[in-house]
Amino acid sequence: MTTPSSTTGEQTRGTLKVYLGFAPGVGKTFQMLRDAHDAAQVGADVIIGYFEPHKREDTLALAQGLETIPLRQIIHRDRAFSEMDTATILNRKPQICLVDEFAHTNVPGAEREKRWEDVLVLLDAGISVWTTLNVQHIESLNDAVFEITGVRMRETVPDWALKQATEIQVVDVTPEALLNRLRRGAVYTGDMAQKAVESYFRESNLRALRELALREAAHEIQARHTESGTGMLEIVPTDASKSNTAAATSSERENLLVFVTLDPSTAMLIRRARRVADYLHAGCLALYVHQEHQFHEVPESEREAVERHLNFARNLRIETRILQGHDAATTLVEFARRNQVTQILLSRAILKLRPSFLGGNLVREVIRRAPDMQITVVADRGGENAEGPKASSS
Amino acid sequence: MATTFLPGDSRTSPGTQPKRGRLKIFLGYASGVGKTFRMLDEARRRKERGEDVIVAACQPGAHAEVRTLLDQLEVIPILRTSLGEGLHMDAILRRNPQVCVIDPLAHNNPEGFVNQCRWQDVQQLLERGVSVLTAINLLHIEEFRERVEHLTGKHVTATVPRDFLRGADEIVIVDVPADFAMGRRNTSSDSTSAHKSKAEHLPELREMALVLAAEVVEGQLENYLQAHGIQPVWGIQERILICLTARSNGLAMIASGVRNKERFHGELHVVHVSQSNLSTQERTRVESFMKIAREAGAEVRVLNGEDPVETILAYACQKKITQIFVGHSQRGNWLSRIWTGPLDRLLRGAEQMDLRIFPQ
Repeated sequence: MTTPSSTTGEQTRGTLKVYLGFAPGVGKTFQMLRDAHDAAQVGADVIIGYFEPHKREDTLALAQGLETIPLRQIIHRDRAFSEMDTATILNRKPQICLVDEFAHTNVPGAEREKRWEDVLVLLDAGISVWTTLNVQHIESLNDAVFEITGVRMRETVPDWALKQATEIQVVDVTPEALLNRLRRGAVYTGDMAQKAVESYFRESNLRALRELALREAAHEIQARHTESGTGMLEIVPTDASKSNTAAATSSERENLLVFVTLDPSTAMLIRRARRVADYLHAGCLALYVHQEHQFHEVPESEREAVERHLNFARNLRIETRILQGHDAATTLVEFARRNQVTQILLSRAILKLRPSFLGGNLVREVIRRAPDMQITVVADRGGENAEGPKASSS
Repeated sequence: MATTFLPGDSRTSPGTQPKRGRLKIFLGYASGVGKTFRMLDEARRRKERGEDVIVAACQPGAHAEVRTLLDQLEVIPILRTSLGEGLHMDAILRRNPQVCVIDPLAHNNPEGFVNQCRWQDVQQLLERGVSVLTAINLLHIEEFRERVEHLTGKHVTATVPRDFLRGADEIVIVDVPADFAMGRRNTSSDSTSAHKSKAEHLPELREMALVLAAEVVEGQLENYLQAHGIQPVWGIQERILICLTARSNGLAMIASGVRNKERFHGELHVVHVSQSNLSTQERTRVESFMKIAREAGAEVRVLNGEDPVETILAYACQKKITQIFVGHSQRGNWLSRIWTGPLDRLLRGAEQMDLRIFPQ
């Protein structure tokens, strides 16, 4: 499915393999290095581009015997930082390059902001890359991870970058085993280890993150084997659904539309939409509607918030639009209709607003104007109410 | 003939009953993914740390690296009779180790053994306080047998019920990319021309194994949270609740629900809050929706409650629903008086759930 450039002897793109784990210390790097030795033994040209030893001795020992490209020193604010030397790797042009920690953010002064961007450069140059990733660094899972752990992950990888991987390998251990490793000081040393066990590495967190990682891996694998069949997979009538009339409607390709507002919950809404679109193989758009004649007439603070949200959407490969309209619901629904949208996603935060341009009536107005579409009011995942739904209704 | 006690023995004297052993299962989606190696490697490490470990069953024709591990461990040989073979339960119980390695888990004992299936032997060992490390291939899980047979054309006779896996204290998925599993297989003994067709099914088997492992992990998480009085977070597994009325576009909602369920590896629940004022025609319509939903694999319920909104919300909370599907219409049913009406209340009450409103 990649490049059809077989006529010229031109290089093909490298392939990406991701070792996916549910927490630091599960053994991703260790497994990757072991596989690298196996590959080297059968003649593959494997080198280490970046490797995070974490001072773990067994891992360090495994790095022995593999060619390692020295890291590049970058001075930032009078301190020296080490980053992967992508230029040197490109010159060396190995068959396979190991790049630990896919989600890493490079220090300012490096060519690229994120390590995954360096990886894409290597892949484009025809170098295959093996890398490691923890499930909590996947952008669209950010809210779920926050709900589980109470920690907002800052270093994330957009889902489309993970989709580049042709292979995902799950590195799994039991939480019990991981906690044993932690207590033995095999993951972090000294105080760090104790703090880790008491906070992020609480057993309940680990169990939940593990479930998340297994489900994510199942999804990634499903996405790969369902897509490889009939191209973009628009019609999947199973034998079971063929027998009843339900199949007719399930075969339509879905298109999602995210309604962008100033509210901070928009980020969560965008992540959720990205996730649902990925699972359903649906298209996804994001729209902002302003009342002012021109977008630049929108007050600066509001404009900044909107642009931040739209940028975020674009980074997740969601197409964005800004439209002018006196009535947000009408503009939203008309846009949706023009673009064959099947489902409009709104944030719950809208319900809390007073009836106005975007007020509480918006949900009702959208439902009234789009009787032919599905309207989803998305839960406030990772918001203030992270503890669970209320049974009461009022 | 092989054992001198009955399965009920361990329960006869509660005072002296040993602490139940721990069950750890290594799950793989195909042969050759390395389950046995992972398991024996753990057995070796445990022994090094001072645990009393023995091997009670192992697969023949093992790799050299597996044999190296086996050489470092004490083995209680399998018991062979003219009809077949099974665990030497007498010898194991006499030896009474801390940890017992049993590979594979799926095995039918021949006549003459106390238990019909090996997983029942394992159960017995656990009750006697022996911890067990064991391995299973997805192929041998009873509930998956039909689907896996359909995919692979492979027929298996020995199976283990899924609930037995769900009851495990620990489960580890031994995962490798599908082409790697193929590579391994090529070098192992059963290399045949049927490889290509098998390879095509590997990703699907792998997906099934991962989801099963996730389910086991979720069960453990729930138990853990319950035991420690921690409020559960939910939303890791998608659970969809479709609320049907006679006016619903039930087919579209069910189709979408099924699609979401499959894609998210989720659960699908379908409910109807019973209404006394339905016409025969309306009742038939609801019943036909329920039937279709049931056939599509949904958990279907008729709920009773004075207030439909409260009834739905209570059910949704109990089932840890993440998405509620409801219909709306311009005409007068209970969901159509949108503002200050039931839909509004449902919206405000379903705080941690997505509420998807369908045309009808």
